[in-house]
This record gives sequence, C-alpha cells and structure tokens, in this order.
Amino acid sequence: MSAWSITEPTSRQKWIAGILVVLYAVITIIPLIWIVATGFKSPADAISYPPKVLFEPTLEGYVNLFTTRTRQTEEYLAANPPQTWYEEIVRQYDMVIAGPSRYGERFVNSVIIGFGSTFLSVFLGTLAAYAFSRFKVPLSDDLLFFILSTRMMPPIAVAIPIFLMFRTLGLSDTHLGMILLYTAVNISLAVWLLKGFMDEIPREYEEAALIDGYTRFQAFRKVVLPQATTGIVATAIFCLIFSWNEYAFAVLLTSGTAQTAPPFIPTIIGVGGQDWPAVAAGATLFLLPVLVFTVFLRKHLLRGITFGAVRK
Amino acid sequence: MTDSPITRVARATPPGMARQVRGLSDRAIAWIFVAPTIFLLLAVNIFPLIWTIRLSFTNFKANRNRPVEWIGTRNYERILTDSDIWLSMQATAHFLFWTIFFQVLIGFTLAWLINRKFKGNDLWTTIIVLPMMLSPAVVGNFWTFLYQPQIGLFNYVISFFTGVDPSSFQMIGDVNLAPWAIVIVDTWMWTPFVMLICLAGLRSIPEYIYEAAEIDRASKWRQFWTITVPMVLPFLMLAVLFRGIENFKMFDLVVQLTGGGPGSVTEVTSINLKREAFEKWRTGYASAYAIILFVTVFGLASIYVKALNKVKER
Repeated sequence: MSAWSITEPTSRQKWIAGILVVLYAVITIIPLIWIVATGFKSPADAISYPPKVLFEPTLEGYVNLFTTRTRQTEEYLAANPPQTWYEEIVRQYDMVIAGPSRYGERFVNSVIIGFGSTFLSVFLGTLAAYAFSRFKVPLSDDLLFFILSTRMMPPIAVAIPIFLMFRTLGLSDTHLGMILLYTAVNISLAVWLLKGFMDEIPREYEEAALIDGYTRFQAFRKVVLPQATTGIVATAIFCLIFSWNEYAFAVLLTSGTAQTAPPFIPTIIGVGGQDWPAVAAGATLFLLPVLVFTVFLRKHLLRGITFGAVRK
Repeated sequence: MTDSPITRVARATPPGMARQVRGLSDRAIAWIFVAPTIFLLLAVNIFPLIWTIRLSFTNFKANRNRPVEWIGTRNYERILTDSDIWLSMQATAHFLFWTIFFQVLIGFTLAWLINRKFKGNDLWTTIIVLPMMLSPAVVGNFWTFLYQPQIGLFNYVISFFTGVDPSSFQMIGDVNLAPWAIVIVDTWMWTPFVMLICLAGLRSIPEYIYEAAEIDRASKWRQFWTITVPMVLPFLMLAVLFRGIENFKMFDLVVQLTGGGPGSVTEVTSINLKREAFEKWRTGYASAYAIILFVTVFGLASIYVKALNKVKER
C-alpha cells in the first residue's frame, strides 16, 4: 500500500465502517447459528420460552432425522433392553427404532442429480463458450441473448409442458430427467461465465500451438483447457449450488425415487407438527457443504457473482 | 485412458478420412461445440414454450382424458378480467417493490462501508454473503420456526427491544404482517447480492478521479453525489434488474414461508399459477397465465435494459 494518499479513509472512518459492517454480519448470521444450535437441542429445549441460548446438547435431532420410530408395549420394552446409544435416546419416549428414514436417500439423490447436472452443464458449456469466444458463430449475439432469455421464464411456466413431456417420455421422477432439466437451466449461466474466462486467455497461445502442428482439438485440449481451469471450477461451483438448492422443479416433477432433499426437509414431522430439532439437523447437514464451499472458495465465488452479472 | 471415444473413432476411421477429420474446419468445430447446447435449450426451453403457447388456446386438463377443444383467446380474456389474478399481481408488486427498495438501500450502504477497506473486511464480507448461497426452501422453512409467536426467536428479539408481548403478534398468521414476513426474509437472503455488485462498481472507480476532486477542493459530500453515485449507478441498475427478474419468479421462499396465506394476501403470481396448473389442473388456463407472466417479465426487462444502456452511455 502506498505510504499515504489523500483519498485513503482516516482511521476513525475505518473504525466506524468496520463496526457497522460487523454489526450487520452478526445479525445476518444469527438465523444460521440458530439452525445449527436447534439441531442439537432436545424437542423440549427447542420450543422453550424464552428461547434457550445455553442448553445441554443432544443428538436426538440427528437420531430422529435418520430413523423412523414406533411406540411399543411395556412388555416388549422390558424384554428388549436398548443395545446402542441411539436406541437409548429413543427409549426415553418409550419408542423403538423401526427403520431408517428417507433422509439418506434424498440426500444421495441431491448428490447424484447435483453432480450429474453440474458435470454435463460444465462440459457442454465449455465447448459452447470456446466456440463463442474464438470463432465467428453466425448470429452469435442473437444466440447469446437467446441463451440468456431462457432464464427469464418463471420455472412454473415451463414446468407445465415439461411435466407433460416427461410423462410421455417416462422421465418423470427419474434421475436422468432431473439431470437434463437442471443442465438446461444451468447451461445459460455456464456459457456466459465461461465465455468471459475464455476471452481472457490470449489467442496467441493457441495460434503458436497450431503452428507447431496441433489440430484445433489438440490445441483446445492441451492449451486452452489447462488455462481455463480456474474459470471452469468457479462455474462448476455455481452450477452445483443452483442444482443443490433448486426447489420448484423438484417439488413438481419428483415425488418418490428421484426426490431431492429441499422438498423433503420441510416435510419432516414429529408428534404434533414439525420436529424442529430433526428439521434443523437435516438442514444443517444439507447446508454445510455449501457453507464450506463458500468460505474456502470465496475468491472464485465472489468474482463469479459480480463477473457473471456485470458482463451481462 | 487409451480407449476414449476419440481414440476409438480415430482407430476406426480409414487413413484417408483421418486427414479430413484432422483438418476439420474451424467452422465445423464451432458448430459441433455449440450444437449440443442449442439442442438442449431447444428441447427443454423453447419446445416447451411453444407447447405452452399452443395449450394456452385450449381447454386441456392434464388429469383428464377428454378430447381437447380449441377455445381461441377465451383463456386470455378470462385471466385479464379475473380479480384474483389482479390481487396476486398486486401482492407480487408489493413484494418486488419493497424487497428491491431495502436491498438497494442496505446493499449499497454496506458496499460503501466495506470499501472503506478496514481490517478484516474480507472475512466479514464472506459472512454477509452466506445467506444467499443457501437453499431458499430449506431456509424459508426454518424461518417459519423463527417467526412462531411465543417460542420463535424473531418474536422474542422484537419483544426484547420494543417491550411488545411476543405472543401478541404473528408474522405469518396476520394478514397485515405476512407480506412483511416474506420481505424480511428475502432482504436477509439477497441484500448481499446487491452489495457485491455495488462493491464491484465502487472498486471500478479509478482513484485518480477522487484525487483530482480533492485537488479541486470538492467536498466529500459533493464527491459522493457527483462521482460515486453516477459511476456506481449502472452496476446498481443491473443488480436491480437481476433481483427484479428473480423476485418476479419467486416461488420456493414464499411457498415455504406462508404458502400464499393467510387467505391469499401473499399469493404471488408463481404460487397462484402453481395452484391453477397443478392443483386445479386447469392446464390450458394456466398455460395462458404463464404466457402472460413471461411476456410481462420480458417486456419490463427490455424497457429497463434500454434505460440502462442510456445510463451507461452518459
């Protein structure tokens, strides 16, 4: 930093700005902390008044999240003492574990569909972005606008014919159907972002490779792709976060086999309404990967957000 | 990997042809690279859109097997005269206006403060950004817990600072408060987006302009209004465009928070449309509704982009 400049804020200004920003950050993160904390509360602590900040942590929420439970007769309970720590937790309420819940499956579905569609949109997006960046594609401005305008449609508006189309093709409630759908939604953003990253790679590198006897394909694979890795990773994270968080299509087009976690988590119920510790536990596990990504890859992400928006 | 499709194709191709493929023209490569993307968009975006337009002129019901009749523009006439739909347009407009108002106000202020470059601003920026990365459905669902009267954290905090009884008001159950309940959560989630774009705008202003202004002895206040604001304005307008389009489509957050209720005070157009299409199964009618919404967003966005370009040219 330069020694002193007339436009540099004074240290008092910095202090005031810092305090205000930190204050906002603390307020904004409280709901997230509350989600994590509620996951470790007992149902009674979760709904106590006044809301409890200090409590005795328990894994009850997590046990309830992953299991289904039934009530049993006293004779049965007496004859079968609990074997494991999680059975003991359930036993407090005179219940036994009946089997696993569907949360695990839903989580796995989210992983399959998220990664599948991310791979596909980044793969196709990279090819298209390279073509738009390097060659004179006829009508390329129109094509780019066309790609962009697909994002203006409300999901529900496209959902009607897609619902009918999937029903005819047998794609409703399948992983493949959801992967294709999310890919189509993501690809417009992927092409936009990647074209920006590709434009920054100097053409001279490839031209040198072409003169050395590489074909276009080879030049693309061996020269351009390694240079574009950072951009590709940033784009992939965006696509992944979108597919991971998507709700509207998931709730309308899936019901059983291919349902992802977002439509499932709000349906976790216990005795008399939503089982908040279990919901919070499910939400914590589901949100955690995105939180970790955001913190560790913040440089790429923040650049991608502003870059993707500002270029358009 | 020796057996990649490319090598297999290469091996299967006769030598004479291989030369041709090697010399594949740039034009051919361009098309091969763009074609899958275009095909996918046609299949999953454009084809359904055309299908929706077709359906919008019929009385088709997706859950019945009765013959489909062409009914001309009757769906459109019914929608434009339906008072329920105008009510949900109003709910959407209220939601749009206030979320954008608060997000611009808070987002710009935060960006301006962060640009004072105090120590650790990077870390705090990351924390502020967290909510916008998360699933609106999952987070929205949890906010209904925070909004519970009596036991909810939100009500408790409000009562702590104002002295109002925490069980005396219901953010979600009350007709007057429910629209604000969704505005609060949306603002919490998406203010960071506006902030990031403004920050990019602020950082794009070259230092020497301020230095020149200092030398001319322009006051800080004057510098703010004649340099900072006009130079950030195009960025800010872009942020508003994106939030506008996104919030016009808003579905997941509102469904989970209020489900359109109480009554239908927070029934924004997406929810209204979903009811028509997937609960009442009036497919033809809902298709016409979808087209009207799409044309509205597209039209408003185009006018806005024209205005934006004018601002940029200045």
